[in-house]
Amino acid sequence: MAIRSSIVAGIVVFGAMSGLVAASAVAQTRDPAYAQARAAGKVGEEMSGYLAVVGTGTPALEKMVEDINIRRKAVYAERAQAQHATVEEYAFTMGCHLIANTAPGEKYQGPDGDWHTRDSSPPLRDSRCP
Amino acid sequence: MNLMHSNRDFPANPLIGKAWFTTCAMASAALLSGCVTVNAPSKPIVIQLDINITQQVVYRLSADAGKTIDTNKDIF
Repeated sequence: MAIRSSIVAGIVVFGAMSGLVAASAVAQTRDPAYAQARAAGKVGEEMSGYLAVVGTGTPALEKMVEDINIRRKAVYAERAQAQHATVEEYAFTMGCHLIANTAPGEKYQGPDGDWHTRDSSPPLRDSRCP
Repeated sequence: MNLMHSNRDFPANPLIGKAWFTTCAMASAALLSGCVTVNAPSKPIVIQLDINITQQVVYRLSADAGKTIDTNKDIF
């Protein structure tokens, strides 16, 4: 009896954990509109750690970029506080990483301030980036 | 003797008047042709970059930044 109830409890815990893993996995993929805009070079990674519209955009695109940047800023603020740094410092560090992570064909801002298209070679980054 | 000045700024002689007008027009064209055309830059609209961010800080935050990307892939 005790063994059976403990087995049932184990199955319930395992099921709950699987549900949690599935839920966090959903948040790990980009929204399809965002993914499409990145691949098409309509949005690019700024040195500052935020996303920006490349050239002229549509109102929907600008809204999407604004939403993403608001969420990024919230994450940056929380992590910066935990790491005893300013939001700008954390955001800039994130920018270094995000530009390094761009896929070929995506746009990023170079140290000269202009938009560049990523190819297979390492991206042009600020000298302070690791 | 007419002491009052005429309202006309240019000489009465029509030939001299034409020469003066032509000279003025040519001088204006020479000045205007020296204008510089300005093209709109291709830069992103806003450049937010703090020059006081040191490399030391960037290196220190680098590990945490990598983790943040991994745990928030939907916005990065």
